[in-house]
Amino acid sequence: MHKTLSVSSAGYEAGLSPALSGYEAADDEAEEHEREYRSLMRKWWFGAGVGTFTMVMSYPWLFPVLGDWFPRESHSLWYVWAGMGIAALSVIGYSGRHFFTGAWQALKHRSANMHTLIALGTGVAWIYSTIALLLPQIFPSGLLTDVYYDVTVVVIALVDLGLAMELKAKGRTSEAIKKLIGLQPRTARVIRDGREMDIPVEEVMVGDVVIVRPGGKIPVDGEIVEGSSAIDESMVTGESLPVEKKIGDEVIGATINKTGAFKFRATKVGKDTALANIIRMVQDAQGSKVPVQRIVDVVSGYFTPSVAILAILGFMVWYTFGPEPRLAFALIVAVTTLIIACPCALGMATPMSLTTGVGLGALNGILIRGGEALQTAQGLETIILDKTGTITHGRPVLTDAVVTREFDESTMLRLAGGVEKSSEHPLAAAIVEGAIKRGLTLADAESFNAIPGHGIDSRIEGRSLLLGNVKLMRERKIPLEGLEATAAKLADDGKTPMYVAIDGRLAGIVAVADTVKEDSKQAIQTLKAMKLEVVMITGDNERTGKAIGRQVGIDRVLAEVLPQDKAFNVQKLQLEGKKVAMVGDGINDAPALAQADVGFAIGTGTDVAIAASDITLIKGSLRGVVMAIQISRATMRNVYQNLFGAFVYNVLGLPVALGVLYPFFGLLLSPLLAAIAMSFSSVTVIANANRLKRWRAI
Amino acid sequence: MSWDRIVVDVFGLGLIGFIVWFFWLVKTKGVKAALTSGGYQEQMVLVKGGYTPDVIIVERGKPVRLNFVRQESASCSEMVLLPAFNKSARLPEGETVPVEFMPKEPGEYEFACQMGMLRGKIIVE
Repeated sequence: MHKTLSVSSAGYEAGLSPALSGYEAADDEAEEHEREYRSLMRKWWFGAGVGTFTMVMSYPWLFPVLGDWFPRESHSLWYVWAGMGIAALSVIGYSGRHFFTGAWQALKHRSANMHTLIALGTGVAWIYSTIALLLPQIFPSGLLTDVYYDVTVVVIALVDLGLAMELKAKGRTSEAIKKLIGLQPRTARVIRDGREMDIPVEEVMVGDVVIVRPGGKIPVDGEIVEGSSAIDESMVTGESLPVEKKIGDEVIGATINKTGAFKFRATKVGKDTALANIIRMVQDAQGSKVPVQRIVDVVSGYFTPSVAILAILGFMVWYTFGPEPRLAFALIVAVTTLIIACPCALGMATPMSLTTGVGLGALNGILIRGGEALQTAQGLETIILDKTGTITHGRPVLTDAVVTREFDESTMLRLAGGVEKSSEHPLAAAIVEGAIKRGLTLADAESFNAIPGHGIDSRIEGRSLLLGNVKLMRERKIPLEGLEATAAKLADDGKTPMYVAIDGRLAGIVAVADTVKEDSKQAIQTLKAMKLEVVMITGDNERTGKAIGRQVGIDRVLAEVLPQDKAFNVQKLQLEGKKVAMVGDGINDAPALAQADVGFAIGTGTDVAIAASDITLIKGSLRGVVMAIQISRATMRNVYQNLFGAFVYNVLGLPVALGVLYPFFGLLLSPLLAAIAMSFSSVTVIANANRLKRWRAI
Repeated sequence: MSWDRIVVDVFGLGLIGFIVWFFWLVKTKGVKAALTSGGYQEQMVLVKGGYTPDVIIVERGKPVRLNFVRQESASCSEMVLLPAFNKSARLPEGETVPVEFMPKEPGEYEFACQMGMLRGKIIVE
């Protein structure tokens, strides 16, 4: 139910529909990011400017001339520090305002996030400094105590800079979807009221006749009504060679017309086009969750308040047991702890990799439904391939013609082809096509009589012609002249041989077969090299199945499986304790695809297929299965790297910030270093996710 | 132990207790989505540092439409995800973005930003 809903999803009204407002959506997002980036950079520069002054003036005695002007604990220094306090407040108000409002908003929802930690850390440092300045008598020494305005200012500035860098890097992870949206042409040339006119692509309606010139982009999906051409569909299907299209063939919006000019009737426009569907699916998938993230979600739900508790504990321990000046140490430890903790790195670890990985798939003609499919695909052990249409082309072609001494090949094929023109048998079309391909002109049959279970008895060009199986030949007492062995061999190769007799004498054998796709064998070998067990499933007889299996290198063949039993066979393999993928066409194999741990629908971008499968391969090649598994492995590796990095960072960073190294090495982290580390950790996560984009198919 | 240490420790423990109570122990009451004439259970959700309301109660079997309005520029909240319903939406600043789904089974379902920092809950009754 919700699959249907998702197609007519809210995205449409929300302006997410790429076909209607794709450009605007992409531009909007980029613009919004750019605005936010510029604002963050302004905040950073202001904070950095004030920060330089603050850092120097917090410790003037470290500098030659300044030290003489503002000696420690002098009155003049008090005024400088008071000025710094006000400057720091202006940084809080301008560069750091979003942390404080964000923290407040979160607090109202009884939640806490990165903003809370930064606001707490910088706020505490400012308040402490101000109290130290105004009420020095409450401190043990009773004199002018050191202030930490530099912490407030520099931490805010650094985190702003980190956020700005994060934003830049984030934009790159979603480049794939922008590329897809950018494929959509802006205008279309249509014929209305007998006139050609250019209109915006959003205004094209179903039924419009659209004109496409050589080199032009096809604006929407449709069916060619006039002309023919070669079309480059690589941007949607990943198929690198241009595809020949003629009248009646479907064209896909956003693909590029290469050679000829043609007209087509629009069948799908706006949010219904293949490209719009692809974009919507990719967007949904990028927004989905990887199952491993559930643990992360639980952790991050407790993370921020726990860090606050740790900071308080740190403060208590340092104040109670720490060395003098206890208050200063306790404060530094608490502030550093608040600032070094980075819930962002944890939270971003999986979404960033997922966005990149799913985008990478989309650019290669592989549509991944979501994080769950991606995670499961990575751990697959067995791949079941449907034979017809998946390993093979799915339609029979003429493969062999063997003739006896008295006949020549073209005569036999011309006559057999002519006769078969009248037949509706699926194998007949293969013979007709094969004959035409050899440049033969086919006459019409003068009489045609189909004998069920046997073949055809007919007359053509004044001659009698029998075409059929061995039963037909025996019945008509036609000697087989030793061709039985040839026929048996052809059958062993998975082909269907048919005898042809002309004027009562055997002329030869024609054989048709569903041929293996060019790259199936290589893809299957790669799958095996990837330590995957490959199984073939087919409704055909064992002999044909085994023959195709031999051709492509599959040993385990499940033959004579009825369509309704395919799902059951998938389940049987699952019961062997294996993670099983099923590869088939999205429509006929739907139950088996659904039963499998990961269902791959091959060779289509229609919404039916997309709905039935976990991964849709738009290009009808098994290479897509290989690439999809490789992408899922690369993405999940990236996810784990990110999670590991973010986890280790926090697990190591927090104790160091709390000062566990102090008793042994006298080492205490500065809040400024903590701010740098924190920003760096989230940028690293995104940079690692971006690294995924360098993945190339092997 | 000097008195100032005792004060700091007692205050610190009190603060920890408050954090535990404030963030984890208090349960927020939900807001029931209103039924519109179109048959939708509709609810406006403000996105600003969090989701307001963040607990939304709906009935099962009737379509739900949540209208998200994002009123902040921080990029954290620019996506909202409803993983249980396989839904996600980008929330451009200032725009109302409807997200529709059909709650079929009773239970509690989470919605969150992409990083899981902002969270809300849908309770299906």
